Amino acid sequence: MPLITEITIFVLAAFVGFEVISKVPTTLHTPLMSQTNAIHGIVMLGGLIVIGFADGGLDKVIGTIAIAFGTINIVGGFMVTDRMLGMFARKPRPKPDEEAKDDRSAAEDGEGDPKADENAEAGEAK
Amino acid sequence: MTLPVGSFAPDATFVQVCYIVAFSLFIFGISRGTHPTTAKQGNLIAAAGMAIAVAITLALDVIGNWGLIALGIGLGALIGAVASRRVQMTQMPQMVALYNGVGGGAAALIAWAEFRHDLSLGGAIPLDGMIFILFSLVIGSVSFWGSNIAFAKLQELISGRPIRFPGQHIFNGILLAAILAGCIVLAADHGSSPSEGLFIALLIGAAILGNLFVLPIGGADMPVVISLLNAFTGLAAASAGFALDNVALIVAGTLVGSSGTILTLEMSRAMNRSVANLLFAGFGAIAAGPEAGEERPVTSIGAQDAAIKLAYADSVVIVPGYGLAVAQAQHAVKELATELEKRGVQVNYAIHPVAGRMPGHMNVLLAEADVPYEQLREMDEINPEMPRTDVAVVIGANDVTNPAAKNDPNSPIAGMPIIEVNEAQEVIVIKRSLSPGFAGIDNDLFYEPNTSMLFSDAKQAAADIAAEVEGL
Repeated sequence: MPLITEITIFVLAAFVGFEVISKVPTTLHTPLMSQTNAIHGIVMLGGLIVIGFADGGLDKVIGTIAIAFGTINIVGGFMVTDRMLGMFARKPRPKPDEEAKDDRSAAEDGEGDPKADENAEAGEAK
Repeated sequence: MTLPVGSFAPDATFVQVCYIVAFSLFIFGISRGTHPTTAKQGNLIAAAGMAIAVAITLALDVIGNWGLIALGIGLGALIGAVASRRVQMTQMPQMVALYNGVGGGAAALIAWAEFRHDLSLGGAIPLDGMIFILFSLVIGSVSFWGSNIAFAKLQELISGRPIRFPGQHIFNGILLAAILAGCIVLAADHGSSPSEGLFIALLIGAAILGNLFVLPIGGADMPVVISLLNAFTGLAAASAGFALDNVALIVAGTLVGSSGTILTLEMSRAMNRSVANLLFAGFGAIAAGPEAGEERPVTSIGAQDAAIKLAYADSVVIVPGYGLAVAQAQHAVKELATELEKRGVQVNYAIHPVAGRMPGHMNVLLAEADVPYEQLREMDEINPEMPRTDVAVVIGANDVTNPAAKNDPNSPIAGMPIIEVNEAQEVIVIKRSLSPGFAGIDNDLFYEPNTSMLFSDAKQAAADIAAEVEGL
């Protein structure tokens, strides 16, 4: 692929990244960080490719460690994010005196997601 | 050596399409992360994207050494899975630092392997390939070692306090300049067998730089460092993607680079300090602490008094800090909140952006204890409500409630946004002693007339107060 195409992809991806990530509320930043962390484990694909060329002992050791490292990054990252988000997803048992709040959370589940927008705005205002 | 996988060699366009699907799933997965109800699904979507990317790469005809691939993946998956099951939520920042580190380490090692491969092909490496290999090598190595130091500091394997030596910045500057010079020499030699000795020297130099770069940074600033290193690893992965002509790596790495950058900026904004200041000022080292020995009167109360204050309040705001997490007091605090709610007290949690040891960490800890998402309020949202709050309960938080940040321009934390608990009608601070927090400075809040101190372990105190409230 020509370098200039790759640079184009890089620049566009950076903008997409900024857009998508600024919409995540502060409350969920730890899982976000651990999820993006898992995503950069994709570097492990590089390990898969380079180990194919490996002939000597050192090349094999480097490649194997790189794959192991990358896999730890991917598997650990996604699993731990899943564990964390599982805690947020647990539905709080609704209490009679919290009707108002429940309405609010029901509205949040919809398209508009007012809480998230609110947080994003608060983040920008800071 | 290589197995005959050529029988199924997907054509190049198909591979690219799979990579495009993979990174689309990453973006879609992240975009689902705006609310807890969809975030879990988003994470699975991103993981599915990763599975596709790995599967199609394994089907490429350049893939060989299957035994070693199986060994690497097996070992990595085992370690990753066990670690992610065992880790406690309080240790999440360390865990993220470690995962981040191994990612950076992988990028550096891949750069090295790619370099050796290019050398074995005859020695000439295209200039652009060489530049990306070097970038990936240096940044990956800095990220690996920096993350390991961050891990060691957070896990308290080494002191969380800033570790410095005279002339550190100058030394780091020279080291960085030397690394850049080495990169330029190698890049200039790209056409005629660049020296592998110099390449390895760069790997080691970057490792030293990674260590020295994080050592002088105090534990309280680790959230920022971890986000920054996260961005670094992302960029190292993107750079490896350039070197290997792999679009999935470029996009995924860049996404992470963006996310790490945003989080870094947001964190530093929450601390009202520039990123450069956080990284180079060596927080806490400035705190001369002249009034350390000074005795000032405080009001001390017991669990029963605290229970009475809370039970007859209309609104209570709980300000949790890292001490709460250390004492594993989340569940006890949640019990206390439940008791208070039974009596009609309105309970909210005020979460400072740097309340845990990474952005949003406290929210995870409270979610673990079943605190409803709606009660987790951000600093900017809750501060205007503070004057209308009857009792603010500070549990294991310290620096983030210190009014000196607003009132004392000479304080090391001057200008840091705080949860304005001193604006509440009454404040109860649950703390083991008057010892200073991570920033190493005294907290004026403790000596305010409307502040009562409850000297106890956070978990014990919360349980005691809850029992007293129940008995009222």
